[in-house]
Amino acid sequence: MMLNSLIMAMGIAIGKIIISLLSAFAIVYFRFPGRRLFFWLIFLTLMLPVEVRIVPTYEVIAGFGMLNSYSGLIFPLIASATATFLFRQFFMTVPDELAEAARVDGASPMRFFFDILLPMSRTNIAALFVILFIYGWNQYLWPLLITTDPSMNTIVMGIKQMFPSGDDVADWPVIMATSILAMIPPVVVVISMQKLFIRGLVDSEK
Amino acid sequence: MIIKMVKNFLLAGVSTMAFAAPALAQTEVEFWHAFTGRLGELVAEQVETFNNSQSDYTVVATHKGNYSETLNAGIAAFRAGEQPDILMVFEVGTATMMAAQGAIKPVYEVMADAGAEFDQDAYIGSVKGYYTSSDGEMLSLPFNSSTPVLWVNRNKLQEAGIDPNTDLSTWEQVGDVLTQLKDEGVDCPMTTAWQSWIHLENFSAYHDTPFATKANGFGGVDTELALNSAAQVAHISAMGDWAKDGKFIYAGRRNEGGANFRAGECALFTESSAGYAGIKAEAEFDFDVRPLPYWKAVADEPQNTIIGGASLWVMEGQSDEEYKGVAAFLNFLSSPEIQAKWHQDTGYLPITKAAADLTREQGFYDANPGTDTAVIQMTAKAPTDNSKGLRLGSFDQIRGIIDEELEAVWSGDKSAQEALDSAKERGDQLLRRFEQANR
Amino acid sequence: MEKRVTFKGIWLPLLLVLPQIVITAVFFFYPAGQAIWQSLFIPDPFGLSMQYVGLGNFEYLLSNSYYRASFVTTAVFSILVTLVSMGVALYLADRLIKGPGVYRTLLIWPYAVAPAVAGVLWLFMFNTRVGVVTWYLGLLGYDWNHVLNGEEAMGLVVVASAWGRISYNFLFFLAGLQAIPRTVIEAAAIDGAHFWTRFRTIVFPLLSPTTFFLLVVNIVYAFFETFGVIHTITSGGPQQSTTILVYKVYSDGFVGQDLGSSAAQSVILLVLVGVLTIIQFKFIERRVHY
Repeated sequence: MMLNSLIMAMGIAIGKIIISLLSAFAIVYFRFPGRRLFFWLIFLTLMLPVEVRIVPTYEVIAGFGMLNSYSGLIFPLIASATATFLFRQFFMTVPDELAEAARVDGASPMRFFFDILLPMSRTNIAALFVILFIYGWNQYLWPLLITTDPSMNTIVMGIKQMFPSGDDVADWPVIMATSILAMIPPVVVVISMQKLFIRGLVDSEK
Repeated sequence: MIIKMVKNFLLAGVSTMAFAAPALAQTEVEFWHAFTGRLGELVAEQVETFNNSQSDYTVVATHKGNYSETLNAGIAAFRAGEQPDILMVFEVGTATMMAAQGAIKPVYEVMADAGAEFDQDAYIGSVKGYYTSSDGEMLSLPFNSSTPVLWVNRNKLQEAGIDPNTDLSTWEQVGDVLTQLKDEGVDCPMTTAWQSWIHLENFSAYHDTPFATKANGFGGVDTELALNSAAQVAHISAMGDWAKDGKFIYAGRRNEGGANFRAGECALFTESSAGYAGIKAEAEFDFDVRPLPYWKAVADEPQNTIIGGASLWVMEGQSDEEYKGVAAFLNFLSSPEIQAKWHQDTGYLPITKAAADLTREQGFYDANPGTDTAVIQMTAKAPTDNSKGLRLGSFDQIRGIIDEELEAVWSGDKSAQEALDSAKERGDQLLRRFEQANR
Repeated sequence: MEKRVTFKGIWLPLLLVLPQIVITAVFFFYPAGQAIWQSLFIPDPFGLSMQYVGLGNFEYLLSNSYYRASFVTTAVFSILVTLVSMGVALYLADRLIKGPGVYRTLLIWPYAVAPAVAGVLWLFMFNTRVGVVTWYLGLLGYDWNHVLNGEEAMGLVVVASAWGRISYNFLFFLAGLQAIPRTVIEAAAIDGAHFWTRFRTIVFPLLSPTTFFLLVVNIVYAFFETFGVIHTITSGGPQQSTTILVYKVYSDGFVGQDLGSSAAQSVILLVLVGVLTIIQFKFIERRVHY
């Protein structure tokens, strides 16, 4: 269960960060037809909770044969705008002189992206990674719906299965202890990302 | 169409890690349920016993979240052609399932097609009644059914100088006891769980008063609520007065009151018979299970109470072989031994007369006095049109409305009459919508 | 807002947005479109039949005074959640930026508690008779009863919704603050600028892109993602005091299977928040210093 949760959380965090970095870069640093439209289309994904569209989304996943699979767990949750919006905000604060210099030097846009923009975004990537990892880790409803194979269960599903049904008794101390154990991986992620924050601080003092 | 195109496009790049089901000699029967914790383990045990008892079928039980999550999982799966054979649905979803012809296969049909032995008369009338058609055919198999009873903290009564054996069969008597408790400084003379279910739905059946027209909705979707008649108004009004005087303490819409009762705070508690295991495990006081009180002023003697809980629906679109397995499994679940064990472990009602008799023979009722209260309360009288059950669409939302209106009574914002009139008006709007959707 | 300096090219940027657009289209727009299409119908949940009702679902909703009342409840709730979660987070981030890392790690924990577990914890703590917090409040002479007192119920769901969110905001404020060169802040401190002046004139403007991001995202959160907390803690009660719009979407659609009504409510909510977001971009973003 821990492993499934880990794969799902990593998949969501990394997947979202990559596609969002790319699209935010395109939206901020290029003028191309449909730029605004794309931004707003991506933005709309924030405005319809999963529960409302869960049945049709399930049909799509079933149509792709992605039930009981990691791709089925991950892909639908990558389609969200928060990360794109955050990177857009950050890229807007990057001084124009940097891009100007890159252009004058004849560096390609992708070179500018990898050599300058990406290293500068490190702190934000770290913050986002923490948030998205935890978001993925704590997913409950979606994995519950699309997995029937117990080997695909996630840890939060496991915890919920310990809850009492209806008017029955439950061993709350054991449930809470398990909940705390389930928090260890997110906490490890937070602590390891902490280094990135601190390095960010040191760099800015140079 | 579009899906297919995108699918082919995506599949080229995306490696699906779907597990292909290994070919099995045994027929697999998929069973989705909503049980967690101890009850989930008991279900798993039933399934294991069934699987070990024969070699033709394997039942695979999967937990699909709480009641509403399980229902949504079933619906989503059906729409994608991935439905299980058996789906557990809570009692308020009964009208929705019944209306879904083409998605469900009635239990009596499953049994007939499979050529399985099936005697509908073996089931307890007021238990199966909730899930039968108007001509008495069983549509879904009652799985976990409970009915409200009165729980009494004997120590609390004694401390207040009240004989713990005092008769509490009528609300008139309960009213007197509440007054004594209050006068003796008890903070929480009475509390309740599931207010709409106990104090309106069951109240109506118990006093043989309609909750809704058209035989509580069994007679057709053009039903209207009738929960604002004199009997119900009088009861809610009395409860409202008790709430105002601090004799009835409202703890929340679900079973929040259970925590208060189990902690020994409250003297009386109206709650489902399924609360037994929890109360037994946690209560550090002597407790009694008594029949739900009735108003002497309304009825000379009580009718039967109705059930709550969930039933098992068989989904359409499976192979004959699987339906044979389903029939065998449902029969296994109905067998006296399994039912008796389930009844004793959980406090849920047995679904057959034989299971209740077996439990008595095994001496369980003697060893655990009061556990047969719910069974007696259910079976004392043959159910009438008013006490068979409820068949109302959008029933979950209607309960939400009733909760809101009752809270207005408990807080003194509305009179019982105003609240119940308003509940009827708002509930009827939902019933008309449901009627429109299922014409 | 536009960048002055941009790169040339049309195909490269299109290629760059392609992954997100494809995933969004397949896993969001297609299913969401189907869900929203149902707002014109009264469908059966199993997809067996659909009755076209035109704008009937919208008329049904908007003619209902209880539904209209929940707009006000939603506004109060969303404003409170946004203010509390951002205010506390900003204060903590500013205080703790130089503090030991332990505090920062601890502050992120609330976000890591699974929402399912968090809901139960709140319920335990505030149980009207046996909850720990209720008990302490009782010692102070305060009679806590959120099951009958609407304002207390609102307070409770606001705190429960904002709680995990503070961690989220804290993290991004921290990231934003760290991008501000310390020399700038120290210079202001040497000039003897007061905490509040320093904050208003230097920190806040430099933090405005992050703040704008968080403002938009938190409002969206309060409007759309909070039904789980409400479902666990109050179920929208007492009476209707915590029935916010998205809770009704959830309870009508997901629990009650009235898909037509829930789809129509989603459309109303989508338009409402869409307009709100456009207004934010048009008017508030002007004051953001990039």
